[in-house]
Amino acid sequence: MVEYFLTHIWPILSIFVHSLAVLVLLLVAVAFLLLLDRKIWAAVQLRRGPNVVGPFGLLQSFADLLKFVFKEVIIPSGANKFIFIIAPFVTCTLALAVWAIVPISEGWEVANLNLGILYVFAISSLGVYGIIMGGWASNSKYAFLGAMRSTAQMVSYEVSIGFVLITVLLVTGTLNLTEIVNAQKSEYGMFGWYWLMLFPMFVVFFISALAETNRPPFDLPEAESELVAGFMIEYSSTPYLLYMLGEYVSITFMCALTTILFLGGWLPIFDIAPFTWIPGFVWFILKSVGVFFMFGMVKAFVPRYRYDQLMRLGWKVLLPISMAMVVIVATVIFAFDLYPNVATA
Amino acid sequence: MVAGIFFYIFAIFLIASAIMVISARNPVYAVFFLILGFFNATGLFILLGAEFLAMILLMVYVGAVMVLFLFVVMMIDIDFKELSKGFLQYAPIGTLVGVILLAEIIMVVGGYVYDAETVRSAAVPIPDVNTVSNLEAFGLLLYGEYVFFIELAGLILLVALIGAVVLTLKTGSKALRQDIATQVARTPATAIEMVSVKSGQAFSTNDTIKMNKRD
Repeated sequence: MVEYFLTHIWPILSIFVHSLAVLVLLLVAVAFLLLLDRKIWAAVQLRRGPNVVGPFGLLQSFADLLKFVFKEVIIPSGANKFIFIIAPFVTCTLALAVWAIVPISEGWEVANLNLGILYVFAISSLGVYGIIMGGWASNSKYAFLGAMRSTAQMVSYEVSIGFVLITVLLVTGTLNLTEIVNAQKSEYGMFGWYWLMLFPMFVVFFISALAETNRPPFDLPEAESELVAGFMIEYSSTPYLLYMLGEYVSITFMCALTTILFLGGWLPIFDIAPFTWIPGFVWFILKSVGVFFMFGMVKAFVPRYRYDQLMRLGWKVLLPISMAMVVIVATVIFAFDLYPNVATA
Repeated sequence: MVAGIFFYIFAIFLIASAIMVISARNPVYAVFFLILGFFNATGLFILLGAEFLAMILLMVYVGAVMVLFLFVVMMIDIDFKELSKGFLQYAPIGTLVGVILLAEIIMVVGGYVYDAETVRSAAVPIPDVNTVSNLEAFGLLLYGEYVFFIELAGLILLVALIGAVVLTLKTGSKALRQDIATQVARTPATAIEMVSVKSGQAFSTNDTIKMNKRD
């Protein structure tokens, strides 16, 4: 009986508890990151930002949440009800699903997949479905056009993200996110992380991550000042909240992924005494929030791109650079015999 | 036992969604059911231990091919009544193709089940799942044993890609082309022309348009 419990019930229970912990912490973190985003934006524009609800406006996101939830859900009469309702769930679920493999510290993840990077890429490439479904089911020209724009944008930038991931895994020789972080461990501390070694790719990844998550300056799908909200135009109340939540969760995921791929994950900046006292997850959170700060600053001071400029940047600038880097990195590894120690099986 | 339950769940959903693909009235629904089918196939692959294939299926088919498919299906107006007019006319050929496919699948799968020698007589025997990882096995086969074929396939894809560009590329004076360098090089001096319009007199903009075209 005990053995049955240990082999059959316990693993499922443990996965359930792990997932719940990740979800709850993540959603609370997203609430505060949203506030941080608005505060950064406000500070750059010499405003105060949200400061009424709670001390320093700390509870603003929760107030917004309650407001969204208590509003009436409006479904357009011409809409395809089932797909209209299910689309925001698709976005939100997929955004949360990638978090299953993010190692917050050594061994702190729901699942340690050997094909971690492929999983990330597979799930994030599905993110477009939430948008297409929402845009189509709204039965509105504006929503549909917004969805088309958004999909084209996400598909274009996925290509360069793919090449960036390939360069990183050429250097590490593994697709496992935990091993990618461990491969960045060296005596040079923060200068041994890949942001320095693969600096062009770090920049390409940052820009592509902005475009992939529809963040300003690439927020053309929404473009709230010109287009109302693109594919979300017909959405209100909780479904709208789910879209926004999904978007912010994927933004946090992109920050976490940047941290893992280029900023050494949970590793301390230098492997000496005062830095090693701080536990790994604190480093991870600090680095991720740092990347999020950069996301917020870009939003605050870069004007929005035109659509053709966006496409040009994706296909004619970032893609050739990342393709060239794949070739260069592979050549250097081959020429100087720098093959990573590939862990077999 | 758990794997068995999951197998039946995935298999039932796969077959059900496959049936819905061909019976759905709305073509967009058909594509959505096809996506659901791919998802369940991914589940089956994972149960078999073919994680790499599962992820690639998700990435390439669901993430890329089906998105384009959905694009096309949503944009064009398909009239199913019009399409199903010639159904009886084409039914025999369709049945024939179906029967041939079914027979071939039965032969291949049956060969594996009833005659284990067939597996061993393959040009490159499949290594045991426990000895090499998915990725390594694929890598060794694709870039070692079959490197010529994979390069050939890559070349064919490249030709298709260039072909698509050539077919849609407009050249000559008709083509509207953007020159980013000239766009960026515009200054207020070259882009803006100040004119004073006298009241009661129309102002001809022809000169201005000419000037802008030169930019």
